[in-house]
Amino acid sequence: MSAAPDHKPTFADVPITERVAQAMPVLLIPILVVLGLLAIGNPSSWLTLTVSGLAMGMMIFVMASGLTLVFGLMDVINFGHGAFISVGAFVGISVLFALSTWAGAPSLALNLAAILLAVVAAMVVTGALGWAFERVIVKPVYGAHLKQILVTVGGLIVLEQLIHVVWGPEEIFLTRPEMLKGSITFWGAALEKYRLLAVAVGLVLFIAMRLVFRRTKIGLIVRAGVENGEMVEALGYRLRIVFVGVFIAGSALAGLGGVMWGLYQEVITAGMGEEMMILVFIVVIIGGLGSVEGAFIGALLVGLMQNYIAFLEPKLALISNIGLMTAILMWRPQGMMPVVKAK
Amino acid sequence: MIMKLLSGDTPRSKILTLVLLAIFLCLALAPFLFPGVRSLDTAARIAIFIVLAASYDLLLGYTGVVSFAHTMFFGIGAYGVGLASQHMGRGYSALIVGSLSGALLAAALAFVIALFSLRVRAIFFAMITLAVASAVAVLVSQLSWLTGGEDGFTFRIPRELGPALRLGEFAGVKINGKLVNYYLIFTLSLILFLIMLRVVNSPFGRVLQAIRENDFRAEAIGYRVVWYRTVATCLSAAIAALAGSLFAIWLRYVGPDTTLSFAIMLDLLLMVVIGGMGTIYGAAIGATLLVLAQTYLQDLMGSAAAATEAIPLLSRLLDPDRWLLWLGVLFILSVYFFPTGIVGRLRAGK
Repeated sequence: MSAAPDHKPTFADVPITERVAQAMPVLLIPILVVLGLLAIGNPSSWLTLTVSGLAMGMMIFVMASGLTLVFGLMDVINFGHGAFISVGAFVGISVLFALSTWAGAPSLALNLAAILLAVVAAMVVTGALGWAFERVIVKPVYGAHLKQILVTVGGLIVLEQLIHVVWGPEEIFLTRPEMLKGSITFWGAALEKYRLLAVAVGLVLFIAMRLVFRRTKIGLIVRAGVENGEMVEALGYRLRIVFVGVFIAGSALAGLGGVMWGLYQEVITAGMGEEMMILVFIVVIIGGLGSVEGAFIGALLVGLMQNYIAFLEPKLALISNIGLMTAILMWRPQGMMPVVKAK
Repeated sequence: MIMKLLSGDTPRSKILTLVLLAIFLCLALAPFLFPGVRSLDTAARIAIFIVLAASYDLLLGYTGVVSFAHTMFFGIGAYGVGLASQHMGRGYSALIVGSLSGALLAAALAFVIALFSLRVRAIFFAMITLAVASAVAVLVSQLSWLTGGEDGFTFRIPRELGPALRLGEFAGVKINGKLVNYYLIFTLSLILFLIMLRVVNSPFGRVLQAIRENDFRAEAIGYRVVWYRTVATCLSAAIAALAGSLFAIWLRYVGPDTTLSFAIMLDLLLMVVIGGMGTIYGAAIGATLLVLAQTYLQDLMGSAAAATEAIPLLSRLLDPDRWLLWLGVLFILSVYFFPTGIVGRLRAGK
């Protein structure tokens, strides 16, 4: 019997460079914000741009979070996600029109109640639609990426055309509720009230999601399912039901994002979801497929970048997102925080 | 001889052979069988879209890679010819230089995109191409000093290819430059089609199919999957750009709506899926069907909508602008129930 090989375990701290490299995705946001301040120079316009960038990022995150989770959990890529954004916006804005006396009243409570009702209606409709979509369109094509892409694109076309059928082909203009119009001045910077609200909603949502994922059992199951679905099923959990729940929640979040984006732009079109999908895909790719935190960071980066560049060099704004995506993919080909192993 | 031209890939079904022959003869004799400006235009569109759909099938059906940037390559070819003719003056050299540089640029761009996305996982490709294509479409509509913006621009092609040239009459049809132009496009489309048939039936094409079926196994046998996918992407981009050049020569106009719009991308998907993925012939049948439907179905839907005007929702569903709705439904159904498309069905039922 031979002797055991020499074994000399050594304990070493993780070197600082490695720690920085691990935290790099999170650090990118403050770095970008500081770079923005240096490039713009004027603190008050920088503050305005930062807030609007954060607001845009939060809204994109709301739309992207569902998509990335659905992909992470079940390896399903849903190109029809954009249709939920449009449907949510149309339903929400219709409710808002119906409650125009509330929305027009100079009372913050009534305004917020109107928005809340609109959001709830939009989320219920898109959630139900998501459930139907999963049943009819996605379920038969599990495991086949090519067919998934084709079929969900077909679903996107059909839903978009149905919006035309129900609400007519024209775009719909709207105004925000009375108390959310205009802006407040803070340190000489004009901050639009609605954007502040959007930032607040996005932050609350992100924190709530994080709490659900980190502190609850269902969050644990979802995270474990993303990591290794077969193992979770072997432990006796019916991942399929969890997945349907996540799909519905993701669709409802897309509806919420649609209402928020519609109020932000003050115009809604049936094609808006399709346009947003491009940003959403960029965010999901640079964040790393399946990662909610990655999508959050990616969305904020995209929002801030777009606003800074649009101020500094309007012509470049069109390709700034593609540039950002290229740079990040050169740095980390799997995205910033990849969760799903290449399947 | 014919076997050699078709690269040994016969239609393998009697009905399919007849349909393909009918398409070929109708296109070859279109000016004489269906005189009129509109039908000649439709015939040219069919010829060009057959090439475009076949080049897309090279990617979607043979390599199993979904791209949403195919219209971007189509547009690059079209704008290549347009810009070259505008800046070099009318002449054949402008057409040739424009087409070739468009094809080269498309291939180079496809190479860069492929390098970024296919290296990691094939599904990235679908999302990244969608993002890049939309950025390019916005860019083209914004750079109006170069591209004419949303309106696009018209340009002049050699006089022999326009209606100004008159060569007399034959069989009751006026032979003019437009006819010469049509046959130029028909011939070039046919050549491109046969080249693609050659490619997919070569050993290279076999490897692509192996990758589509099981990329892991293909890699294990010793083929470098990324390399093959990248080459297929570049090839299909270059051919799409050439089809775009033909389209620009035919229309004597380029603009974002006719070459770059997402609607064309959806049409392409429909053509390939309905015709049959993984067969070049399927692309031919799908393109013919869809262009015909686009040209004539909308008239039919218009009359149907007028007939059902009394019923509120139904008339809106049948509105001619909603034809995409019905195609979308057809698309989903065909992915589920006829994943092999028309060609697959015909071949199975011979």
